Amino acid sequence: MDKVGLRSYHNWVTNMTRYIIRRLLQAIPLLFIISFALFFMMQKMGDPLATMGGRTITRSADRERLTRQLGLDKPIVVQYLYWLIGNDWTMIDMDGDGIAETPGTRKGVMRGDFGTSLVSRGRPVLDVIWDRLPNTLLLMLTAEVIIILGALLIGVYSALRQYSFIDNTITSATFVLYSMPVFFFALVVMYIFAVNFKKWGLPYLPTVGMFDPMVGKTTLEVAKHMVLPVMTLSFGYFAAYSRYIRSAMLEVLSKDYIRTAKSKGLPRRQVVYVHALKNASLPIVTVVGLDLPFLLGGAIVTERIFAWPGMGRLFLDHVSRADTPVVMGILMLIATAVIVFQIITDIVYAWLDPRIRYG
Amino acid sequence: MPGSTPEFVMADILRPTEAQHLLTPDVLEAPPLSLSKMAWLRFRRHRMAIFGCVVLILIIMYSVGGSLFFSEAYANKTETTKRLQAPSAEHPFGTDTIGRDILARTIYGGQISLLIGLTAVIVQVFIGVIIGAISGYYGGWLDSVLMRFTEAILVVPQIFLLLVMAKYFGGQLPNINLFGRTLSGSVVVIILIIGLTSWPYLARIVRAEFLSLKENEFILAARAIGTPTNQIIFRHILPNSIAPIVVTATLGVANAITLEAYISFLGLGVRPPTATWGNMLEGAYNYIETAYWLWLFPGLLIVLIVLSINFVGDGLRDALDPRSRAI
Repeated sequence: MDKVGLRSYHNWVTNMTRYIIRRLLQAIPLLFIISFALFFMMQKMGDPLATMGGRTITRSADRERLTRQLGLDKPIVVQYLYWLIGNDWTMIDMDGDGIAETPGTRKGVMRGDFGTSLVSRGRPVLDVIWDRLPNTLLLMLTAEVIIILGALLIGVYSALRQYSFIDNTITSATFVLYSMPVFFFALVVMYIFAVNFKKWGLPYLPTVGMFDPMVGKTTLEVAKHMVLPVMTLSFGYFAAYSRYIRSAMLEVLSKDYIRTAKSKGLPRRQVVYVHALKNASLPIVTVVGLDLPFLLGGAIVTERIFAWPGMGRLFLDHVSRADTPVVMGILMLIATAVIVFQIITDIVYAWLDPRIRYG
Repeated sequence: MPGSTPEFVMADILRPTEAQHLLTPDVLEAPPLSLSKMAWLRFRRHRMAIFGCVVLILIIMYSVGGSLFFSEAYANKTETTKRLQAPSAEHPFGTDTIGRDILARTIYGGQISLLIGLTAVIVQVFIGVIIGAISGYYGGWLDSVLMRFTEAILVVPQIFLLLVMAKYFGGQLPNINLFGRTLSGSVVVIILIIGLTSWPYLARIVRAEFLSLKENEFILAARAIGTPTNQIIFRHILPNSIAPIVVTATLGVANAITLEAYISFLGLGVRPPTATWGNMLEGAYNYIETAYWLWLFPGLLIVLIVLSINFVGDGLRDALDPRSRAI
C-alpha cells in the first residue's frame, strides 16, 4: 500500500471508530427506555407465584414470605433498580420483621446477572435461555442459509429474464406467498406432507417436537423434524429476499460498467456472477444483516405449531406465567443483538462500498 | 417477519406504457387532470389492484351481508352433540370443537377482523403522522428524542412487543356495546396494541417527507407571510406527503389483520365467544389429522383479504406516487 492509500485507510478506520463509539453511546438510552417500559408492563402480567415451580402455594403466610423474599413487594422503581444494578450493595428484609438485615446477592443486568427464573425454581435466567438457544439457532440458521441460496437463485434468474413468462409467474407466486400468514402455510404443509402422505402410504414427515423420544436425538431424526418448520420459515422470506435481489440485479445490470464488461467480450457467466452479482449483493447485505438478530428470538408461531423447543416457545411459556426475569432476559438479548447487528451492518456496508462515508 | 414492511410492486408485470397512455392526443388537448383523476387513470390499469378491489368488496359483502342470514346468537350457539362435523348441507363449512357453525362464525369473525384492521390503522396513522411531522418539521433535540423513542420500539420484534402488551392490557377493559352488538373488551385491546406498535415505520416515512418538503420555497413563502406553524404543517406540508401515507395505511390494514390473527392464534388475542378469523384458528392444529375445515376456511379468508389489500396498496403506490417504487 502506498503512502496516500495508507493514510486514507487510516482515516477510514478513525472515522469508523468514531462512528461506532457514537452509535454505541446512542444505544445506551435506547436500551434504558425499552427495558424500563417492558419491565413496567411485566409487573401487571399476572401472579408469578400462582404457578411457581409447578407447586400451588395455598397458605397466605407462605405467599407473603415468598413475595418478600423475591422482592416482589417492593415499588416497581426499586425492583427495576435491583434488576438493573443488583442489590448486593444494600440490605433486604427476608424474615418480615421490617428490619433489612440480609445482604442482597443479585448483581444486576449491568454486571451480567439476569437474575433467576421465577417459574423454574430459581435457575439462572441465562441457563434457561442457553438451554433453548442452540435449538432455535439450528432451526433459524438452516432456514436462513436456504432462504439466501434459494432467493439468490430465484432473484438472479428472474432478473435475467425480466418480464418473461417465468419472471411474471415468479412475481405472482412470491406476492401470494408474501401475503400468506405463517400459520396458514404451516397448516397447509402439515396437512400435505404429514397427514395426507401418511394417508396415501407415502413416507411422511413428523409434525411435532425435535425428535421422536422412542428413537432418540439422532442427526437423522432431528433433520427429519426440521423439514417442515424450515420450509414454513423460509417461504415468506423467499418472497421478500428474491424481490430485493431481483431489483438490485436489474439496477446493476443497467449500469455502464456492465455494458463495458459485455462489450469487451467477457463471458456472460463472468459478467453476471462476478461483475453484476457482486455489486448487487450490497443492498442484500443490509437486508440480511438487519434480519439476522431477529433469528435469535426464533419464530414464535412456527415454534408453537411444530412444538419446537426453542426461544420463541420459551418466551410464550414464560410470558403466560409472568416470569419477569426470563422474559426480560430474552427481550434484552434480542434488543441488544438488533442494535449490535445494525452497527455491524453499517460497518460492513461502508467496507464493501468505499463511497459510503459516515460523518 | 414477512408482513412487517410490505415492499412489493406487482406492477412489474405490467408493461411500462403509462406515459404513452396518458399522452394520447385527447389527453393532451384536455384540461390538466387533477391528482385524483390522474391517480385513478393509473390505478385502473393496474390489473391486480382492480382484482384486489373486487375481492375486497366481495369479502366485505360476505361478512356484512352474511349477517342478514345468520344471527350472532346463532354464530355463538354451542351444540356439543354436533361437534367437529364435516361440511354438510346444514353446516356448509362444518362445525368447530364445541359445535358452532363455522360459516356463521367466519361471517361475524370477518366483521371483527375488518374492524380491527381499519381502526388499528387509524390509531397507527394518527400517532405516526403526529410524531413524524413534529420530528421532521422541528428537528433538533425534539427530533432526536422522538427518533430515539421510535428506534426503541423498533429494536424489539413487533410480535414480542404485542404479546407482552396483550398480557398487560388483557382483561382490563370491560365489554362494550356497538351497533347493538356486545364486543369483548379484548377487541379494543388488540386494536390499541396493534396501533401502538405499528406506527414507527410510518413516522419515519412522514419524517423523511417533512424533512425534504420543508426546504421548498412555498414553505418559505408561507412562513414569510406569517402563516401559523400548525397551518404550515397540516395545510401546506401534510397534503403534499399524503401519497406515501395512504399507501402505508392501506398496507397497514393487511398487516393489522395478520397481526390480530397471530396474537389470537397464540391465544392472547380476542377472547371467545367473539369470533375473529384469528381466534377461530386457535388450537386448530391439534385437529390437523381429523378436521381440516377448522382451519381451512378462516385461513383462506385471511389469505384472500391480505392478498387483495396488498394488491390494492401496490396499485395505489403506482397510482399516487409513481416515482417512489419501493423495489
